Amino acid sequence: MSDPSLLALTLAEARDGLARKSFSARELALAYNDAVEEIEPLNAYITPTPDRALDMADAADKRLVKGEALPLDGIPIAVKDLYCTKGVLTSAGSHILDGFLPPYESTVTDKLWQAGAVMLGKTNLDEFAMGSSNTTSYYGPVENPWHQPGDNRPLVPGGSSGGSASAVAARAAVAATGTDTGGSIRQPASFCGIVGLKPTYGRCSRWGVVAYASSLDHPGPMTRTVRDAAIMLRAMAGHDPKDSTSARLPVPDFEAALSGDIRGLRVAIPKDYRVDGMPGEIEALWQQGVEWLRTAGAEPVEISLPMTRYALPTYYIIAPAEASSNLARYDGVRFGLRVDGASLDEMYELTRAAGFGAEVRRRVLIGTYVLSAGYYDAYYLKAQRVRSLIAQDFDSAFESVDCILTPTAPSAAFAIGDKCDDPIAMYLNDVFTVPANLAGVPAVSVPAGLSGEGLPLGLQVTGRPFDEETVLRVAEVLESAAEFRHLPHFVAGGGR
Amino acid sequence: MALDKAAVAHIAALARIRLSEAEQEALASELSHILTWVEQLNEVDTSGVTPMASVAAAGLPMRHDAVTDGGRREEILGNAPRTARGFFVVPKVVE
Repeated sequence: MSDPSLLALTLAEARDGLARKSFSARELALAYNDAVEEIEPLNAYITPTPDRALDMADAADKRLVKGEALPLDGIPIAVKDLYCTKGVLTSAGSHILDGFLPPYESTVTDKLWQAGAVMLGKTNLDEFAMGSSNTTSYYGPVENPWHQPGDNRPLVPGGSSGGSASAVAARAAVAATGTDTGGSIRQPASFCGIVGLKPTYGRCSRWGVVAYASSLDHPGPMTRTVRDAAIMLRAMAGHDPKDSTSARLPVPDFEAALSGDIRGLRVAIPKDYRVDGMPGEIEALWQQGVEWLRTAGAEPVEISLPMTRYALPTYYIIAPAEASSNLARYDGVRFGLRVDGASLDEMYELTRAAGFGAEVRRRVLIGTYVLSAGYYDAYYLKAQRVRSLIAQDFDSAFESVDCILTPTAPSAAFAIGDKCDDPIAMYLNDVFTVPANLAGVPAVSVPAGLSGEGLPLGLQVTGRPFDEETVLRVAEVLESAAEFRHLPHFVAGGGR
Repeated sequence: MALDKAAVAHIAALARIRLSEAEQEALASELSHILTWVEQLNEVDTSGVTPMASVAAAGLPMRHDAVTDGGRREEILGNAPRTARGFFVVPKVVE
């Protein structure tokens, strides 16, 4: 019988407990393997890897005993099923990758294993990371461990990293990897009451992460605290010659940046983020966030990011265009599903019709259209030009401010099935998160309060390129002020 | 831009995705709706603005044109739905 009290520890606490030998990595892995099994009804994991977890924990224990501990030795983490893991099914949430066992390991997960982390399994996601509700997965929807009090309707965990968010919130992983192309780390973090960090573009290698939209895809950590995100990011980041867009920059000790001191920092409040129809409680929480930072000595400054309102339509041209190109590789020849046809073209067409779900199909078709002869300039080049203007908005803002505070998402978690008939209603979930992907700047979501229905709401801090340190420092001040101690309705080990 | 069924069929052929008539019909309306929505970008004056393909500041890194990896035929073929004598197998393409 494993010890459920271990499940309550943050990554930093688990690390310190392992170092003090209060418990072993094996004990921790056993508790988490049980937790993964216990939360099975949430459908957060596609492939649990309990045997691998125990093997990795035993190896960590050997180092811990010898006093040769690595930075993440014995820390059980979950991996979004978009990261290739050698010899372990990597599905991208799609039927078309049926049975795919990568012969290689993604750079980021390899770094995590090299740092001693323990793999609990692969988590569910929207198919090819396309979605904001984790309802487009071939492996079925993920449930949010949070419910509205007195209402048992299952809620979405957000997406696309919904399985990772749900697993961390339900205490079935200490931390997890996610990927964020338009908000896929931050929006589920907000919906599930955890911390989600999208680093600067180029900070974490994309090599071995199944590509959705290469110029917008960002690997990053999902954790219970800001400190945990700082620890995870340090292990995940760094230059990789196998990713041509990977930044040749040293990796700071992000945890050391958490000084709690934000005196004199200029925090921008962009007035353009007051969108129509945003619930009053989110506006109020945002205002509360401004007051928390002011009390801590920061100076709030109202600014304008006028191009923000065009971020979503820009994204919904550029991301599908890149996706249509990236997803051309799924053709039934080299891996995954094949549906036989009389000719090569027929085999391609039947395989891709059977293998791609509705949302993926929609985006591949939109992307094909905006890249096709006669429409390329009007749609794709136009969107790339507006993208320049959006990035310039951030550049000019950061000439006079140090970071930007906004809500993470325009709502709390909604019921599974809601917004599914209207793609654009679903896309609007990412209205506050997409701009940071287009500009490549770092942004983190921190749980800051509960909605009137008792569901978590996040605030987002965005910073200068490669200044995750300021972003995390401000986020930690928000976290301390918010004192978000609420637990979801359903957590492994009973939760207390 | 409103797409009709024939336009959807053309795009689907380019994308190599087989669609039924009913799917073409439904997608014509869905895709038209999305395209109409993204056309709000036409409000933005972008004359003289350079298109941005990537935020990565540096140009493409260079390396020596030398073999760095290889000899992995079994691994590469390992996930293929069909192989024979060390090759991927596809339907006949030459008459």
